[in-house]
Amino acid sequence: MLRASAPGLERKVPDMDKPTDRGGPPADDADGLSAGPVENAEPRRGIARLLRATLARGRLLCAAIARIRLPYAVRRMLGMIPTLAFISIIIFVVIQLPPGDIVTSTLDRLQASGVEVSEEQVQNLRAQYNLDKHPALQYLHWIGGFVVGDMGYSYMFARPVNELIWERLGYTLLITISAMLFTWAVAVPLGIYSAVRQYSITDYTLTAIALVGLATPPFLLALVFLYVGFEVFGIPIGGLFSPEYREAPWSMERLGDLLTHLWIPMVVVGLGSTAVTMRILRANLLDELKKPYVVTARAKGVRPARLVLKYPFRIAINPFISTLGLQLPALVSGEAIVSIVLNLPTTGKMLLDALLAQDMYLAGSVVMLLAILILLGLLLSDLMLAWIDPRIRYE
Amino acid sequence: MTAPVLAIRDLAVEFKTDTGVTPALSGVSFDVPRGQVTAIVGESGSGKSVTANCVMRLVQPPGRITGGSIRFAPDAGDAFDVVKLADRDPRLYDLRGGHISMVFQEPMTALSPVHDIGGQVAEAILCHRDIGKEAARAEAAQMLERVGLDDMERRMGMYPFEFSGGMRQRVVIAMALVCHPEVLICDEPTTALDVTIQAEILTLIRSLQHELGNSVIFITHDLGVVAQIADHVVVMYQGRVLEIGTVRQVLKQPLHPYTRGLLQAIPGVVPPGERLATIASVVGDADIETPHPLVALADGRQVSLPPAQLRRVARS
Ligand SMILES: Nc1ncnc2c1ncn2[C@@H]1O[C@H](COP(=O)(O)OP(=O)(O)O)[C@@H](O)[C@H]1O
Ligand SMILES: [Mg+2]
Repeated sequence: MLRASAPGLERKVPDMDKPTDRGGPPADDADGLSAGPVENAEPRRGIARLLRATLARGRLLCAAIARIRLPYAVRRMLGMIPTLAFISIIIFVVIQLPPGDIVTSTLDRLQASGVEVSEEQVQNLRAQYNLDKHPALQYLHWIGGFVVGDMGYSYMFARPVNELIWERLGYTLLITISAMLFTWAVAVPLGIYSAVRQYSITDYTLTAIALVGLATPPFLLALVFLYVGFEVFGIPIGGLFSPEYREAPWSMERLGDLLTHLWIPMVVVGLGSTAVTMRILRANLLDELKKPYVVTARAKGVRPARLVLKYPFRIAINPFISTLGLQLPALVSGEAIVSIVLNLPTTGKMLLDALLAQDMYLAGSVVMLLAILILLGLLLSDLMLAWIDPRIRYE
Repeated sequence: MTAPVLAIRDLAVEFKTDTGVTPALSGVSFDVPRGQVTAIVGESGSGKSVTANCVMRLVQPPGRITGGSIRFAPDAGDAFDVVKLADRDPRLYDLRGGHISMVFQEPMTALSPVHDIGGQVAEAILCHRDIGKEAARAEAAQMLERVGLDDMERRMGMYPFEFSGGMRQRVVIAMALVCHPEVLICDEPTTALDVTIQAEILTLIRSLQHELGNSVIFITHDLGVVAQIADHVVVMYQGRVLEIGTVRQVLKQPLHPYTRGLLQAIPGVVPPGERLATIASVVGDADIETPHPLVALADGRQVSLPPAQLRRVARS
């Protein structure tokens, strides 16, 4: 599983004292940290002073922000900063907390394959990856780089995280967002239909299909697609591109190829949430359609289609909009499992591997980016909610 | 005397429930005279709202109109039977909010919480007339001023949750009247309001009726309100009509024991300090549960009584 296997490591270890490429930990180690604000001799007191100063400055900043009447969205964005700081600490602790680190997991593999590693080499490795530093310094090193857009270096892939992440994250977003659009495009009309025609045959049929969709785990559905695609249609399903386009530069043909492959992960990832959304929308709409204001509108002469769409629908979709940001993590984790089954070039499998190998910079950065996306999703849903429901505009 | 604007005959409605089919209305017949106020009185559950909903064809499943007719005679155009209109008949949508409109009991829930009141009132116009949005809003603002709201430039863009109950009911009344309907149905429009606001809303409905000359069906369980507002009275009980007459006839000389019971249950009729009579005690052993046909008497009144009592009433 580890791609930086024995040969890669052997190649890297002798290079240790040479300055390496951008973002690599050895370069940082050579100048970045020792020239930092904290003296190595008294790291604990240095850290305490640093923390105190940061906290004091943070308090001043918060007080200043509270006094300014910034637009709601901007205030919310600023409010995300402490949340993200907190999340980043949790991420760091959870990934680094279990015993062992990237070096031990690498050494295990090396020793298993019969390569002898001396104690000195181990120490060098630790130093190279900053693992000999105080955990707080390791954390600051990681998050400090993250903030300025340098997500550090993946030990596992022996490449900068920045290079690894963007394309995969793009595909992850592509799949989750298209799964979300699929969910909405299918669930909304069907949910409305089964609410308006409650207890009709179509309503019962949709209910049954929804229950099956709900009960099917995405990975099973992915396997079914793989099997049916191969056995019945003789086409290999999996991946996001046909082999001839996999490494090709972007072109209209490659885009078309992507779209023909995209619908399968889209359906697989989105099916469960489609079923849930449809059922909840149906229930919400049925509640809403009984309300007196719908009768008022009907008594006003409003035609049936408009009656459903203009009035109850707007209220019935509120819960979905407010959980838009929360649907994202569910879809992202669904996507992670599906991407392993369908062999998709997304962050899902990479994140899993990185977590297993305790590849802090890679795993931590991926999780951090997902956290940012989720917070942005929540902000977006709050803004949309305020736009749709005037009662929320009061703060 | 012109033809009544609404003539309801033998109206029957059933609700399918888990325990079986409950008849909500049976054999309901009465006329709504043009340009006057007809009150429907009766205790809760007597079928007043269902009757009103039938007139606008608002009865929804599990309810169903199982028989009878509602003949509507518009000022201009041919009369037609509302019960027989198909669900997609354009006359049904002209009728709702155009020819006949309704003010509901609960002003707190009768308005959409997520649309501004200007838009909600203007929509009533846009459903019935081919005019622009701005023109509709301007007319809506005029109507809202007429029902007693001021500062309309600001208030048009406000939402129901920013209004008090009394103001919301004014908005609902404006919404109902903005297309100048021939019939305004008020279904207990003041029940949910404070007493002082109740009086204001009653005065408003009455004075607008004088100005606009429309007919009103006023539903209430309060005979005190009937005395203030109505020209004619229809007394309902358990989905049937027990007595019909002018307000003078019914309040001064009630023929049906149930009506007498209602009258003696009004606070203020009984001297302060004494207990109000319950309807059961006044009705006594008179049987009001068995249905009897409505019979027209000489003075234009109608009553539903057992034959023996009917003969006695007819002689006096
Ligand atoms: N949604 C409903 N479901 C079942 N029965 C109903 C429903 N609405 C009304 N009914 C029946 O119709 C009767 C009359 O109701 P209604 O007209 O609302 O009374 P009210 O005179 O208080 O307005 C009720 O007693 C009930 O039996
Ligand atoms: Mg009622």
